Amino acid sequence: MPHTRPPATLLDLRKGEEAILDRIDLPDDVSLRLMELGFLPGSRVAASFRAPGGDPRVFRVDGTEVALRCETAARLHLRPLPKPDAASAT
Amino acid sequence: MNAASNLPVRAAGEAGPPPSRVVAVVGPPNSGKSTLFNRLTGLRQKVANFPGVTVEQHLGKLRIEDEAELDVIDLPGVYSLNPRSEDERVTLDVLMGRMEGVPRPDTILLILDVTNLGRHLVLAAPVLALGLPTLIVLNMADELERRGGDVQVEELARRLGAPVALISAASGEGYDTVLQFLRGRIGIPRPVELPALNDLPRCREWAARLGAEAKYLPPAPPVWTRRLDGLFLHPVAGPLVFLAVVVAVFQTIFSAAAPLMDLVDRAVGASGDLVGRLLPEGPLRSLVVEGIWGGVGSVLVFLPQILILFLFIGLLEDSGYLARAALIADRTMAKVGLQGKSFIPLLSAYACAVPAIMATRTIENKRDRIATILIAPFMTCSARLPVYTLIIAAFLPERPLLGPLLGTRAAALLGLYVLGFAAAVVTARVLKSSILKSERTPFVLEMPPYRRPTLRQVGLRLFDRSKVFLRRAGTVILAMSILLWGLAHVPTKNGKAPEIADSFAGTIGRTVEPLIEPLGFNWKIGIGLITSLAAREVIVGTLGTIYGIEGDDDGASLQAALRHDLTPAGAVALLVFFAFAMQCMSTIAVVRRETGGWTWPILQFTYMGVLAWVGAFVAFRLVTALLA
Repeated sequence: MPHTRPPATLLDLRKGEEAILDRIDLPDDVSLRLMELGFLPGSRVAASFRAPGGDPRVFRVDGTEVALRCETAARLHLRPLPKPDAASAT
Repeated sequence: MNAASNLPVRAAGEAGPPPSRVVAVVGPPNSGKSTLFNRLTGLRQKVANFPGVTVEQHLGKLRIEDEAELDVIDLPGVYSLNPRSEDERVTLDVLMGRMEGVPRPDTILLILDVTNLGRHLVLAAPVLALGLPTLIVLNMADELERRGGDVQVEELARRLGAPVALISAASGEGYDTVLQFLRGRIGIPRPVELPALNDLPRCREWAARLGAEAKYLPPAPPVWTRRLDGLFLHPVAGPLVFLAVVVAVFQTIFSAAAPLMDLVDRAVGASGDLVGRLLPEGPLRSLVVEGIWGGVGSVLVFLPQILILFLFIGLLEDSGYLARAALIADRTMAKVGLQGKSFIPLLSAYACAVPAIMATRTIENKRDRIATILIAPFMTCSARLPVYTLIIAAFLPERPLLGPLLGTRAAALLGLYVLGFAAAVVTARVLKSSILKSERTPFVLEMPPYRRPTLRQVGLRLFDRSKVFLRRAGTVILAMSILLWGLAHVPTKNGKAPEIADSFAGTIGRTVEPLIEPLGFNWKIGIGLITSLAAREVIVGTLGTIYGIEGDDDGASLQAALRHDLTPAGAVALLVFFAFAMQCMSTIAVVRRETGGWTWPILQFTYMGVLAWVGAFVAFRLVTALLA
C-alpha cells in the first residue's frame, strides 16, 4: 500500500488539489442539480476555500465555484488525474 | 470586440423577425439578467407576482426611438428548462404562453455570462428549441477582455443558428445591438440541429464543441475574487470582517442619517405650518395639520434611515458578498436544523419579511421552507427601524462606546437586531426538533465572482424602495391617521371635540389598558399598539397624531411627549414587544398565501404575540428592579 492514497471523494481533496469526478452517489434530483452546476462525471474538480470551521467547502468546477457541505462532498467519488507523462513516479 | 462585429454575417436573403412586442429576458442566475432588464426598462418597471404562484414577475416597458412600445418580462434565473423547481416551471410556462394573464413572448433575449460560456451555453439548447426569435446576449464582455479571454461572435452565431451580441450590461458596451435586434434589424442565421435536450452530458459536450468552433478562449481565473475570498473566507479574519461590516451599517444608520432626517423633519414641519396658515381655523385644519401631517409626517422622517439600510443591503447583494455570508452562516444554521440557503431569505428579512418569505421558494425542502417562513418575521425589518430609533433617541443619551466607531444608540439598536435573531434561532431549533423535523438536505450554492456594484443598479433599487415606502405612507399610514383623528374627535361634547381620553380612540385605549398595564404601557401606547397591527411604523404616526391633537405641535417634542408617557423600564418593554410581535398585515397575508391556509399564520401570530407579551413583561420587571 502506498503511503499517500489518491483522494477517493471530494472530501479528501486538499486545498488546490485536483482530480476527475467519477460518479455521484446521491438521489437523482440532487445529482441533476449538481450536474447543471458543472459536476458532470469526467470533469475536473479542484478544492478551493472552506468556510471558517471547514464546512461547507468550496469546489472549483467547470469555470465556477460551488459550495457543498462535507456530507455531500463525501458522496462525489473521484478518480485520479490522467498522468501527463510517465516521468512522475508513484 | 466592438458592437458592429456582432452583426451576424449570414443574413443573406433572410429578413429579420417582425418587430417584437413582448420580450422575455431569460438566463442563469448571476448572468446579469436584472442588469440588462434595468438597462432596457429603467424606471419604467414594476414588480408583481405571477398569478397563482409565488415567483416574482418583473415587468417593464421599453420604447425604441419612435417605434411601438415593448413589454419586457424578466424571468427568474434558471440553469435549465426541466420543470423541477417552481422557478423553472414558471419560466417554461411563460415562454410557452401557458401562463394565464401573461402575454406569450414573441422574442427572447437569452443572457449568458461569457466568462463562463461553456456551462452557460447549455441553456441555449432548450431555449432555441422553443423556436422563437432569440438573441443570445453574451454579457460581461469587459470582464472577458480584461481577463484575456476571447470569442468569435459571428462564428458562434452561425453554429448556434441564432444571432449573438457581445455586450456589457453594466457599462452599456454593445447594448445597441440588443436594440437593433428588437427593432427587427438583425438577420437570423439558418437554424441548426440541436442536441437531445434531456441528455445533460451531451448538451454540455455540444456547448463545448460550439465554444471550440467559435475559438472561445476562456478568461484567466478572477484574481481579485480569489484574493478577496482569501480574506472574507479566512478562518479568523472572515468572521471579523463580517462583524465589522454589520457594526459599520448600524453606526451609519444613526450618524449619517441624522442630518438628512433633520432636513426631512424641517421640510415636513415647514410645509405643515404653511398648509395650516392657508386653511381656515376649524375641523378641516385640525384634520390636515394634526391628523395627516402629524401622522404621515412623523413616519416620513425615517425615509433616510431606511434608504441607508437598503443601500448597504444592495451593495452586499450586488457585490457577491451575500453568497459568502451564507457560506459562513451555514454551520450555525445547520446547528439549529436549517441550512445556509435559509440564510439569504433571512438576511433579506432585515429589509422586509414579505419579499423574504417569497424568497424561501429557493429552499427545496418543504419543512425547511415553512420553518424559515415562520422565523423570518423575527428578523428586524425596516418597519421596526422608525419605532426603535424613536424610542432609543428619546431615552438613551448618545455617548461614544468605541471612540467614534460605535455609540450607545447604535449599540442599543444592534442589540435589538441580535435579540430578534436570537428569537428566530431558538424558534427554529424548537420547530426543527419537533413539528418540522426532517432529514438534512444538501446545501448547494454557487459562489459568483465579486463584482463592482454599479451606481445605476443601486440607484434603481433605492428609487424602488422609496416608492414602496412612500406608497405605504400615502395609503396605510394616511388611512390610519385619518381614522384615528376621526376616532379621537367623537363623540362631540357640546358641539366641541372631547378630551382625547374621553373620545372613542381613548375609550379603545382604556379598554386594552388592563392587558398592557403590566408591561408599563398606558392607554395612549395601547392605541398605538392597536393601529400598529396594520404595520409596525404606524405607531409612530399614531403617537404623532395623538400628541398633535393634545397640543404639542413642535416636531421634536414627540420624543419629549414619549418620555412623559413611558418610564425607562416601559421603554425597554416596548422595544422588546416590537422585537417579537407580528404586527404586519402584509406578512400575515403572504404567509397565508405561501403556506396555503390559515393554520400557519394563526399559529405564528399567536406564538409571536405571546412571546412579545411575556418578553415585555419580563423586561419591564427586570429593568424596574435594576433601576430601583
